Amino acid sequence: MATSIMQFKIYRYDPDKDQAPYMQDASVEVDFSLDRKLLDVLTRLKAKDDSLAYRRSCREGICGSDAMNINGKNGLACLTEIKDLKQPVVLRPLPGLPVIRDLIVDMTQFFKQYHSIRPYLVNEGPRPERERLQSPEDREELNGLYECILCACCSTSCPSFWWNPDKFVGPAGLLNAYRFIADTRDLATNERLDDLEDPYRLFRCHTIMNCVDVCPKGLNPTRAIGKIKEMMVRRAI
Amino acid sequence: MNKLSIPVRKFDAVIVGAGGSGLRAAIQLSEGGLKTAVLSKVFPTRSHTVAAQGGVSASLGNSEEDHWHWHMYDTVKGSDWLGDQDAIEYMCRKAPEVVVELEHFGMPFDRTDEGKIYQRPFGGHMSNFGEKPVRRACAAADRTGHAMLHALYQRNVRANTQFFVEWMALDLIRDDSGQVLGVIALEMETGEVVAFHSKATVFATGGAGRIFYSSTNAFINTGDGLGMAARAGLPLEDMEFWQFHPTGVAGAGVLITEGVRGEGGILRNSTNERFMERYAPNAKDLASRDVVSRAMVTEINEGRGCGPNKDFVLLDITHLDPATIMKRLPGIREISIQFAGIDPIKAPIPVVPTCHYQMGGVPTNYKGQVVNEDGSPVPGFYAAGEVACASVHGANRLGTNSLLDLLVFGKSSGDSVIEDLRSGNIGLKDLPANFAERTLARLDRLNTQTGGANVNETRLELQRTMQKHCGVFRFKDMLAEGVARIVDIEKAVARTEIKDKSQVWNTARVEALELDNLIEVAKATMVSANARKESRGAHVRDDAPDTPANPNGRDDINWHKHTLWYREGSRLSYKPVIMKPLTVDTIALKTRSY
Repeated sequence: MATSIMQFKIYRYDPDKDQAPYMQDASVEVDFSLDRKLLDVLTRLKAKDDSLAYRRSCREGICGSDAMNINGKNGLACLTEIKDLKQPVVLRPLPGLPVIRDLIVDMTQFFKQYHSIRPYLVNEGPRPERERLQSPEDREELNGLYECILCACCSTSCPSFWWNPDKFVGPAGLLNAYRFIADTRDLATNERLDDLEDPYRLFRCHTIMNCVDVCPKGLNPTRAIGKIKEMMVRRAI
Repeated sequence: MNKLSIPVRKFDAVIVGAGGSGLRAAIQLSEGGLKTAVLSKVFPTRSHTVAAQGGVSASLGNSEEDHWHWHMYDTVKGSDWLGDQDAIEYMCRKAPEVVVELEHFGMPFDRTDEGKIYQRPFGGHMSNFGEKPVRRACAAADRTGHAMLHALYQRNVRANTQFFVEWMALDLIRDDSGQVLGVIALEMETGEVVAFHSKATVFATGGAGRIFYSSTNAFINTGDGLGMAARAGLPLEDMEFWQFHPTGVAGAGVLITEGVRGEGGILRNSTNERFMERYAPNAKDLASRDVVSRAMVTEINEGRGCGPNKDFVLLDITHLDPATIMKRLPGIREISIQFAGIDPIKAPIPVVPTCHYQMGGVPTNYKGQVVNEDGSPVPGFYAAGEVACASVHGANRLGTNSLLDLLVFGKSSGDSVIEDLRSGNIGLKDLPANFAERTLARLDRLNTQTGGANVNETRLELQRTMQKHCGVFRFKDMLAEGVARIVDIEKAVARTEIKDKSQVWNTARVEALELDNLIEVAKATMVSANARKESRGAHVRDDAPDTPANPNGRDDINWHKHTLWYREGSRLSYKPVIMKPLTVDTIALKTRSY
């Protein structure tokens, strides 16, 4: 049995009892033959101290619940290998959003931006009896876009989103905006572009590319944003 | 928190759960103009539907000839004839309509060269009444559940559905007449407890796969709807039937879709043999899940497992074109690299049967209405998806029928709510005087319990007990012992203690409340399994062996019936299987082989 003690520094804040947030030192025995991911170890930490609060669900990187800041970089706890982590492992809530408790942030602003891009197919034409046809090539345009899990790793690593979370849609929202723009079945491309043609909503992206660096699904919001800008230029000439 | 009264909010309808079935029901109700509240423990796109991979079945016939009647036959056969044939006909007939509708909502299905929805073969999907495999599973790569859940959520954004995100429903409100009047729920962010008083209540709370130690299920799958229904005096149906998915990643439990075998993947033992040829000469690796899981465990038990402990088998796709893997199975490759440390393009994936799906649940009819033992609807109460038992899956579910189930019955339950409200069958009755008593007592006990049982350890003991005593193969003595063990664990659950008594985002409290639900499901499962003295579908026991009189150990004379478990006294009752479909002839009982 390959067991070892892992050291942590964890951001703690319980509004019921803490005047201010603090960093808590914690350690836990880890069995490397059973524990592979950071979420496995968080489960062990919580077994020791049931007041530690974090979100989690699928534990396989598809639901997007357990995004947090791990040693200074945003990521999903369930996809983070523990053997690669420098100790003490520093765990903080996602940056730039209000903290509710411990590693749990208030994601209202993030979802507000997602909802602002009309994240649904717009096609008010008569509904055909069968599926709408789409060529495999046209469908491929959606790859790298539809896989977004709304974990918020990207938007909360983006300085532009930190400064203007109420005005800048942010990488996740813009990636999803392009997902519908790129969909041949969607008929609202012009309205979507009009909505984004704004000094803040789209143009606060300064291609810092933190979003690309942290996306746990390997998606590229900067590229999607570039495509939107390209379409705006193209329709202007 | 021990207050005499709690705030009450009024709605036409309350939907509990925002996975596939809850979101599909919500579309009906929101677009139908009803004042609807959708409660969910997690943000809707984090619900477990998101983890479904391989596809959703519908006889669209996009790649080859198919027919809903063949789909119906496969589903009845897959269920080992325990499924109700009216509900199965309804589901299979509706499948093309609801899948096309989903495409219209924006679901990014993969496409055929003609631009139609891409379909792949899947376990137990056959053409012409069991003849040969057919391409029926409509897929978005191997992320069908994710694509579906997001498309359904997006349609709800369009419909302005009112969500209560990160609210946990705690108990059902039911009056003396049996009518359901809503739920009591806990807002996780504030710790506030509120009654949602409604004319109609729809349960879409999903399954309870977390009763087992090794499970493909998310942490949140704790059977909350089942616990609530059981505490409210309603029975749970066919809870002995749990699906063990053949291919969970060994050690990690994470799901590897059957679509891998649909695309040509092969299971191999330690001698590199394609062993499914021996167990299912016709369907081979695409036999039904219960059949494949038992074959795998038999291989392991007979010493032909792989690895240093000979405790898994291998799922091999190294012979497939890497381009196919990248295009059709990209998520599986990601999961294999992440959780098995293996790139399936280069090496086979270690897999073991892992608890995956609950065939049983709250008894419903094909309209999504919850029903009493005599088949009459429970006024004001509806259920759809994994929490419900319609029963379309019977003793074993076919792959991809779960995503279909939640579309069809999510929609039909929504339609039934609208219909029942319109016809005046249900209306807003007053809440009973003591409606919050049980819930507040549960919360109060947690706040004051000292010297009690540790939640985490008690849950682990429950999960290990279920795994050991109620697994892929079941044994008479182990089942009897398992019942006694679960009764002991129940005593610990009744006195769990949490150290954290705070109000804001208290996840310790949530986990303790979830354990109250897990124990009801575990008890129902163990007691129902112990009582069913035959082998059928996913329930196979050593004292019901394969004989000429009872092929595969199935005993139709004594056991062709649904189990009903009642919490009060852990009492069992039985009701007949509905063998009469809506329009076609009965698919008569026969021996099941693949």
